[in-house]
Amino acid sequence: MILPFFIIIPLLAAFLIALISGERDNWAIAVAVIAMLALLCLALFGFVTIGAQTQVYQMGAWKIPYTICLVLDALSAFMLVIISGIGLTALMFSVFYIRHLSTSWKYYALFMLLITGMNGVVATGDLFNLFVFMEIALFAAYALVSYGSRAEEFEASFKYAIMGSISSTLVLVGIAIVYSATSNLTMATIAQLLPQNPTVMYFAGGIFLAAFGLKSAMMPFHAWLPDAHSSAPAPISSMLSGVLIKTLGVYVLVRLFYNVLGAPPLFLKMFMIFGSISILVASFLAMGQWDFKRLLAYSSISQIGFILLGLGIGTRWAILGAIFHILNHAIFKALLFYNAGTVEMVLGTRDLRQMGNLTKILPYTTATSMCGTLAVAGMPPFNGFFSKLIIIIAAVHAGHPIYASIAVAGSFLTLVYFMKVQRYGFHGKKVIEREGVKIGWGMRTAMIILAVLTLATSLLILPGIRTAVLDPVVAVIMNKTGYITQVLGGNL
Amino acid sequence: MKQQPGLTLIAKTVTRISVWLIVLYGFYIIFHGHLTPGGGFAGGVVIALAFLNVMLAYGHETVTRWLNISFMHDLEPSAGALFLTMGILGIALGGGFLANVVHRGTLFNVFSSGNILVLNIIIGVKVAMGLFVVVWSLAIFRFFEGGDK
Amino acid sequence: MTLYLMCFALLLIGIYGIIVKRDLVKIIIASGIMGYASNLLLILFAYRKGGIYPILEKGKDMTGRVMVDPLPQALVLTSIVIELGITAMLIALAIRIFEKYKTFDITKIRRLKG
Repeated sequence: MILPFFIIIPLLAAFLIALISGERDNWAIAVAVIAMLALLCLALFGFVTIGAQTQVYQMGAWKIPYTICLVLDALSAFMLVIISGIGLTALMFSVFYIRHLSTSWKYYALFMLLITGMNGVVATGDLFNLFVFMEIALFAAYALVSYGSRAEEFEASFKYAIMGSISSTLVLVGIAIVYSATSNLTMATIAQLLPQNPTVMYFAGGIFLAAFGLKSAMMPFHAWLPDAHSSAPAPISSMLSGVLIKTLGVYVLVRLFYNVLGAPPLFLKMFMIFGSISILVASFLAMGQWDFKRLLAYSSISQIGFILLGLGIGTRWAILGAIFHILNHAIFKALLFYNAGTVEMVLGTRDLRQMGNLTKILPYTTATSMCGTLAVAGMPPFNGFFSKLIIIIAAVHAGHPIYASIAVAGSFLTLVYFMKVQRYGFHGKKVIEREGVKIGWGMRTAMIILAVLTLATSLLILPGIRTAVLDPVVAVIMNKTGYITQVLGGNL
Repeated sequence: MKQQPGLTLIAKTVTRISVWLIVLYGFYIIFHGHLTPGGGFAGGVVIALAFLNVMLAYGHETVTRWLNISFMHDLEPSAGALFLTMGILGIALGGGFLANVVHRGTLFNVFSSGNILVLNIIIGVKVAMGLFVVVWSLAIFRFFEGGDK
Repeated sequence: MTLYLMCFALLLIGIYGIIVKRDLVKIIIASGIMGYASNLLLILFAYRKGGIYPILEKGKDMTGRVMVDPLPQALVLTSIVIELGITAMLIALAIRIFEKYKTFDITKIRRLKG
């Protein structure tokens, strides 16, 4: 049973880091890297072996209505692989990046707590346990956003914490309402009992939509994201933008609305509406930005819109596109945030107008940023093209030509504002002398790995690989009663 | 008379007498968490409040001199690691994370709940140290001159 | 029913405080109020009419008695712990913001915009 170790390993690593580190961060780095490597191996092993089955782990040797259960199916294994993969590159990047902020072990302890929270949210099968792990992840995120100790970072972190506490309270109210109707907290049992009571289902569903919509920064609830994601240190921005809003936001929305509430058409329609608003408005807002990381943050909102649109359409191909886009967005947005962090570290600015001739100073960063740009804008050999294409085709197929055209327009706008990044930022006319900051090899390696992955993951669309990797995930989402029967198993 | 840090002599004397009673009460809550309302968190908060009482009465400079803050700082994550170790012991011996590994004892005694008493004590230590260190570090925080406006 | 509505009103008071108040400390207090409202809601859902406290005691006659639901009390304790952590975090952030900006007024703390 590998399931509890997804939570035990990072949590133990966090405590160990706090215990054994002295003034320097050498031991902390060693422990964190070992823990992340172990997690990545474990997650890949889980994803390869799980296939179409479901593993259930019951805590404390109790049986299911009385215990907290952990559930590993294809969807959670897929998310675990994304978390550990992006987390490992973020750790590689931050070993060299964070040292120019401070050499404290606290960063690594908080980082492991962030991983703990996200792994817990993905692995759990219990509604309240999900809330607790979500709070652990958010708590680490608030602290990490303000890690650089600048005025803007504290301001952004405070804003994020207040918005987060509003949404957490809403989640708790939703849990209370669900509990009052079902007297149960195991998600599979709730899925069995709740559809008998549609009033409560729609009430709780609406509250959950607002709460987790706030976490995933869909458009009317997005205000905290550009501040928090642009102020944080670069590896943390990439973790927040690439992974956190997907685990705490999109994954929970999928799990709750598809597997627990049984995909009521009203909420799917709302996903589509919010998703398309996010795509369009966030793209226009991103076009007006001159701050590199802020532009990337708005672009995250817009790409989350694509994912929500795919989930809202709800056909098999649309969900495949959405799942594929979750993976792709994690990869290329993490890459772009690393690029932004490198540029900020060398030039000391995030303003696109202050940049120029970076091809000479930072050849690797410029090359990898071109990969990231083409992937996010949806150019053919890169992975972003295929996921967006699938979502658009699925929208046309399902009879939503308006949403399809919104997605096409959003994709085009993405190309426009990322061309602005390339034109002014990386290939600008301003001549800058190289300053004394050195880029570590870890930063370069992290960027190159992700740049290769933007090309390599487009292979997932080939039919043979797709049936092995993406189709089990889609099957978990599409099969609404499968979750109940597989988790409850014999004790139905 | 030289200005001492902290409150008046009356407050200091009362604190000196009452702090041990408060700590005792905290231990009572921790050790009876499975029989009566309370438990590790509540008892730990009571113990932390006892320390905070001393800090209010005598001033944080004195408390920093008296108590080994860095030891308390280390005790907190080690309590967390100990909790996880109990959980892993459960996997090794009992067939599940945090499964019962300690003898169950007889009903209505202090030793009547197996693991729960051990976990309560660990949680109590963690909460007491954590809460005290948090408030202590808020108290010793001093602004840098000028800010960066 | 009145109790539930009042609980909901308490939640709305918290949200009102967060939206309208300009002082960082008042915002933190308002978020605390919001948390208490949700805790109160959980406890209210656990109430059973004529229920006794859910503790097993020596010589207590349990036949034919209803207990209040003990699970939400455990949930509320957990959420109180979380809230304690979040509040401490918010206060630490507010102190550091005051250090940087020399004010608690959120209308003067606006370096981030756009």
